[in-house]
Amino acid sequence: MSQTRKEMLVDPLVDNNPITLQVLGICSALAVTSSLQVAFVMALAVTFVTAFSSMFISMLRNQIPSSIRIIVQMVIIASLVILVDQVLKAYAFEISKTLSVFVGLIITNCIVMGRAEAFAMKNPPLDSFIDGLGNGMGYGLILMLVGIVRELFGSGSLFGVTILQTVNNGGWYVPNGLLLLPPSAFFIIGLIIWAFRTWKPNQVEEREYKIQQVEAH
Amino acid sequence: MEGLISLAVKAIFVENLALSFFLGMCTFIAVSKKISTALGLGISVMLVQAITVPANNLLLSYLLKPGALAWAGFPDVDLTFLGLISYIGVIAAMVQILEMILDKYFPPLYNALGIFLPLITVNCAILGGSLFMVERDYNFAEAATYGLSSGFGWALAITAMAGVREKLKYSDIPDGLQGLGITFITAGLMAMAFMSFSGVKL
Repeated sequence: MSQTRKEMLVDPLVDNNPITLQVLGICSALAVTSSLQVAFVMALAVTFVTAFSSMFISMLRNQIPSSIRIIVQMVIIASLVILVDQVLKAYAFEISKTLSVFVGLIITNCIVMGRAEAFAMKNPPLDSFIDGLGNGMGYGLILMLVGIVRELFGSGSLFGVTILQTVNNGGWYVPNGLLLLPPSAFFIIGLIIWAFRTWKPNQVEEREYKIQQVEAH
Repeated sequence: MEGLISLAVKAIFVENLALSFFLGMCTFIAVSKKISTALGLGISVMLVQAITVPANNLLLSYLLKPGALAWAGFPDVDLTFLGLISYIGVIAAMVQILEMILDKYFPPLYNALGIFLPLITVNCAILGGSLFMVERDYNFAEAATYGLSSGFGWALAITAMAGVREKLKYSDIPDGLQGLGITFITAGLMAMAFMSFSGVKL
């Protein structure tokens, strides 16, 4: 095993983040981030599903015939998602209403399938569990970052607690309504990717066309 | 009829699956480098969406809803908790069947769309369409319209995106934004453009 377990857990946070580098699971990342609380619940749900589906699939990896592996993985993932959905409906009904279809869409979240296919089919259960946990957290990290920006500047609060007193409530802060609308999520993720890649230049993609190569003097 | 047309326009422009609900983003970003491939994928999504949404609607109203099993003598059974697993099953099966039918009867179409079909099972736009259908309680006619038009909206968005990206690769973009970053920002601008439809009422 070339990676230690700690590396497995920490690596997906920045160096190999599922959203900014592998372009997986963006769908839900954008849609549920207009408030931090919802983003947090979603991050928990995805981490739970990724970790446990990786573990169960890894336990079964020697029994699953490779021709029907996708459908077996799908059934395991769907069962876990149903579990999450039912728990949310029972104990956090308001949040489950806001998340609406996006809990169900964890099934088709590419991170879950991607880790099952790329890691859990080849590695023992505990490692797969940790890998799933790490990737779930990498996803959660981006979700929370976007959630913080959107809620703080869009409605002046964090977790529903007012931080910047808005003008409507007699304060000074004029909320930026655009941040509560869908397009802002695209911009914020684009900027986060830019920041990550400036910090870690080896993640920069090759240009398809070089415009002009000027020699440095 | 008027209701259905307004539903269709709403699903294509105002509530575009790709640009206002971010569904199918992974493929939207990954397969939008060339117009021809984007168009192929868009048409496949539209086709699958138009079949699976009404199919899941039938499944919901005759098997899963509370009391739906009355025809089989179980009026008290509520199977809605099995919803997610059955929708994804229907989608996977439909994609497989569609692939076999196309292969047998329409080989040119199969050759053009074949590589995209397996991708579609895990495209969130497809499952998302079915889940929206359940959440909004559409009847069969509405579900059929919604399936077709939301698929069309997605195809429109990905083709437009591919058009933009084909031009974009010739521009001088800062290193960190190269590729993925600028694609996100472009998608954001497109989403803003689509939002201007939100005042349209029929």
